[in-house]
Amino acid sequence: MIRLVIPFTALYAVWLGLNQSLAEDVLWLGAAVCLVLVWLFREGLTVFAEIRLSPRSLMATLGFTAYFLRELVRANLALARIVLSPTLPVHPGIVMVHTGLKSPMGRLMLANAITLTPGTLSVELQGESLYVHWVNMTTSDTEAATADIVAGFESYLKVMYG
Amino acid sequence: MDLLGALLLVAGAAFLFLGGLGLVRMPDVFNRIQAGTKATTLGTLLTLAGFACLRPDWAVKLLLIGLFILFTNPISSQVLARSAHRAGAEKSPLTGVDRLAEQEGRPS
Repeated sequence: MIRLVIPFTALYAVWLGLNQSLAEDVLWLGAAVCLVLVWLFREGLTVFAEIRLSPRSLMATLGFTAYFLRELVRANLALARIVLSPTLPVHPGIVMVHTGLKSPMGRLMLANAITLTPGTLSVELQGESLYVHWVNMTTSDTEAATADIVAGFESYLKVMYG
Repeated sequence: MDLLGALLLVAGAAFLFLGGLGLVRMPDVFNRIQAGTKATTLGTLLTLAGFACLRPDWAVKLLLIGLFILFTNPISSQVLARSAHRAGAEKSPLTGVDRLAEQEGRPS
């Protein structure tokens, strides 16, 4: 049941946000549409329920968001420096890193976060191996690259998704 | 508030411009995707934040658009990069290693 309640709540929040109204017909219509959607896609929605609902998980979510936004700004400043420099200093490579995350949603968040952080782009995920394109590769070693690219996000995502 | 909104809009436009410049200057498809993704994400978010300052009554809708972009932008980039790699897109000669091609037994 909980795995349907979470997507329903998220959908309903989006509906209310888009309508910006608490009129009675808006509330009922939204509830009906969200119920039908959640029921139609009940098999595919399980990933949304993988997040853990605990105070610790909530703190980790806040920490993750703050860390992520900081990394996003850093990524853009680093990119600006590369693009604006006349010599275009890139030393790209595709490295392999490992993730200990089991939950598909956790892995999705990790891959997305890697894509938006300085110089890295997720290319392929095979089992526990994530292949990452790196604009300025500092190491081609899997362990070192994992510590460099994955570890920062994974500590938060482990608490959120396990 | 208007001034803050204008500053955010200009900052967003600047990052979007840098992203465009990156698309032109980067040596191969993967580096171009990198430039495109990061700059458009932050650039668009800053632009939306700027609009939210100018029109506070739109703030909730703009926030939803921002969240949507934050989730969909990296996914589309990752799928583009994966397709490019599977199709054997040419890599810049500067590329150091390609563990994915090694793993698949293709020449890197």
